[in-house]
Amino acid sequence: MVRKEMLAMLLAGGEGKRLGVLTKDVAKPAVHFGGKYRIIDFTLSNCAHSGIDTVGVLTQYQPLVLNQYLGIGSPWGLDRRDGGMSVLPPYVKSKGGTWYKGTANAIYQNLGFIDRYDPEYVLIISGDHIYKMDYSLMLEEHKKQQADVTIAVFEVEHKDASRFGIMSTDQHGRITDFQEKPKNPTSNLASMGVYIFSWPVLQQYLIRDEADLGSSNDFGKDVIPAMLADDMKLSAYAFNGYWKDVGTIESLWEANMDLLTDTPQLELNDRDWRIYSVNPNRPAQYVSPQAEVSESLITEGCFIEGAVHHSVVFNGVEIGEDAIVMESVVMPGVKVGAGARIYRSIVGEGAVIEAGVTVGSPDGNKITVVASDDYVGGQTELMEVEQP
Amino acid sequence: MSKQLMGVINLIHEPDELETLTDGRCLATVPFGARYRLIDFTLSSMVNSGISNVAVFAHTKYRSLMDHLGSGHHWDLHHRQSSLFVLPPIADDMSDLRKGDLYHFFQHRDYFMRGQAEYVVVARSHMVCNIDYEDVLRQHIETSADITVVCKRQDEHLSGRARKVRLDERGRVVSMQDHYGRLQSDLVSMEMYIMRKELLLDLVESSLAQGQDHLVRHAIMSRLDTLRIQGYLYEGYLGIINSITSYYRNSMELLKPQVWRELFFKPGPIFTKVKDEPPACYLEGAKTGNSLIANGCVIEGTVINSILFRGVKVNKGAVVRNSIVMQNGEIGIGSALDHVILDKEVHIEAGRDIRGVSDAPFIAGKRKVI
Repeated sequence: MVRKEMLAMLLAGGEGKRLGVLTKDVAKPAVHFGGKYRIIDFTLSNCAHSGIDTVGVLTQYQPLVLNQYLGIGSPWGLDRRDGGMSVLPPYVKSKGGTWYKGTANAIYQNLGFIDRYDPEYVLIISGDHIYKMDYSLMLEEHKKQQADVTIAVFEVEHKDASRFGIMSTDQHGRITDFQEKPKNPTSNLASMGVYIFSWPVLQQYLIRDEADLGSSNDFGKDVIPAMLADDMKLSAYAFNGYWKDVGTIESLWEANMDLLTDTPQLELNDRDWRIYSVNPNRPAQYVSPQAEVSESLITEGCFIEGAVHHSVVFNGVEIGEDAIVMESVVMPGVKVGAGARIYRSIVGEGAVIEAGVTVGSPDGNKITVVASDDYVGGQTELMEVEQP
Repeated sequence: MSKQLMGVINLIHEPDELETLTDGRCLATVPFGARYRLIDFTLSSMVNSGISNVAVFAHTKYRSLMDHLGSGHHWDLHHRQSSLFVLPPIADDMSDLRKGDLYHFFQHRDYFMRGQAEYVVVARSHMVCNIDYEDVLRQHIETSADITVVCKRQDEHLSGRARKVRLDERGRVVSMQDHYGRLQSDLVSMEMYIMRKELLLDLVESSLAQGQDHLVRHAIMSRLDTLRIQGYLYEGYLGIINSITSYYRNSMELLKPQVWRELFFKPGPIFTKVKDEPPACYLEGAKTGNSLIANGCVIEGTVINSILFRGVKVNKGAVVRNSIVMQNGEIGIGSALDHVILDKEVHIEAGRDIRGVSDAPFIAGKRKVI
């Protein structure tokens, strides 16, 4: 094997329970986002732009769609002779073998994979987050600080801090304290779930963590606190861009709506930082003479005859005459019948909305969800989620 | 069945009379339909018909062709079991380039000999259609024809030029003339020929031996009596693109929903080189109607009856009507375009007013700044 300076381990086994019907058949990283992407495209594109050519993708929950989507990694430039993408599901060993028990255990079970490349550093990331980040800059900082582990952090509002893993640092950026979802946060630096470990340290702590039968085998809950307790050098790396965990219906809807502001914090149309994805190969979208489209993102293969305002519309969607789609996310292949109304909704892939039917409500703070491949007629009851 | 058929896209002496659009590229790579190049239609049809071995006989100005086709990856032609060959002319001397296509077929005869397939389909790139060649081959075998030529019944050619064909009641070709010929027929040749590989190689050698070097004009048209040449009637959409007017008029045809639904989807999808452009972004104040819009566009102005390729930006107050704007074009604030074709990366500054007419659209060459 050719030796690699740093390889990435991408945790993509998340079930995404809180996304409800949207993750019925797919793992969370494979959920559609932003008009043509899936969530995992963002981290994979980050790897591509950061010069990382070896990525292990750890899958577990509902891997069928995800595996098919990833293929051999060509859309992200990861079809390599040396390295490239490897999909790493849990496997059977001569003595048993288990599911991935936690994030740390998932990496532990693949120590052998990492060892084949004998890297100096290991980047651990999660396929659930939307952000654009150059990991090579973080690696430089890690080396400069001679840290054992560097954790990417971003500032959150104090009131939100109790929803995250919160870090306290000294004036040199060294982490002095780490608390997972603290009730009374003492800092507002939240962990992004992006870690760079020096490989020998990672190996040592994962072996120790596995031996501890009381451990929940989680990086945030077990490994990082253990390293802090041993006075290892944990360094914080401040990130200033857009970062979002789209783990809930509301946050998924919000993150999509974030793309529609005048100057979105997350610029998708950035020639120096393309988000790569599997392109569906559809013709250019057709917008009919009666159609009205504004403040929206619309993808190839769509056939628009109605009105679309402030919405994100994925490939191959058909919107019939006099239909109205407002403040909604419409996933691939959805058919919206003539005169139908869709307000503040997420419509899952392949769903059909019958002509004249109304989904969701323009007022209030509820978000309505239509499951993939659902047929929505006049009487269909739909799941609603209240925005916090 | 597919193993029986190999494909040749013959670009030799394909007319490149699209004014500045073909200044730096061959006809095959002229951008068309908001995200495609002309060759994508023939190439995708071949791939969708299960043909896994395709050669493109390049002739001149083929840099953009090599760039576009690459390894054939986007058409799934880069596998152990499939292949795409882009074959530039083998010429000792520049004057060899002027020789007819049979001369080049002869030079590339290794391609035919190495292929396993029994039959060859020879096609061109300027006949925009979506066709199932397996069905053509099926008819070819059923009628025991020597050669099958694909034809289309069409009264209105939208200024495209094509050979005219007449069939007898059994579908055999009884006459075929160049577009300027006097033959009265509403049947045009789509310049797609299926025959046995052996017959093609025979025609190449025997014609060249007689000093004839054009496949259709010499080898085929002079043998209507001696060979059994059958017509196959294609029913789908056909755009004949070999002049700027035909290019413009056929582009505008794509704005008809039935053409969009047919040409791009049936019987199979049209593939092209993928670009990782984000979804098209419609900003506040955008007005669009009856238009084809590709990914990566940013629209803040008005777009009516137009075709925008990938990455086009229409700024505030700009009005684009009846126009075609190719990749990465930008229309400045308050500018107006009507009946205009902008090649790739043309930049229209703010406040310009540019108009052509439907028979003579205004054309701006690649990277021009106006």
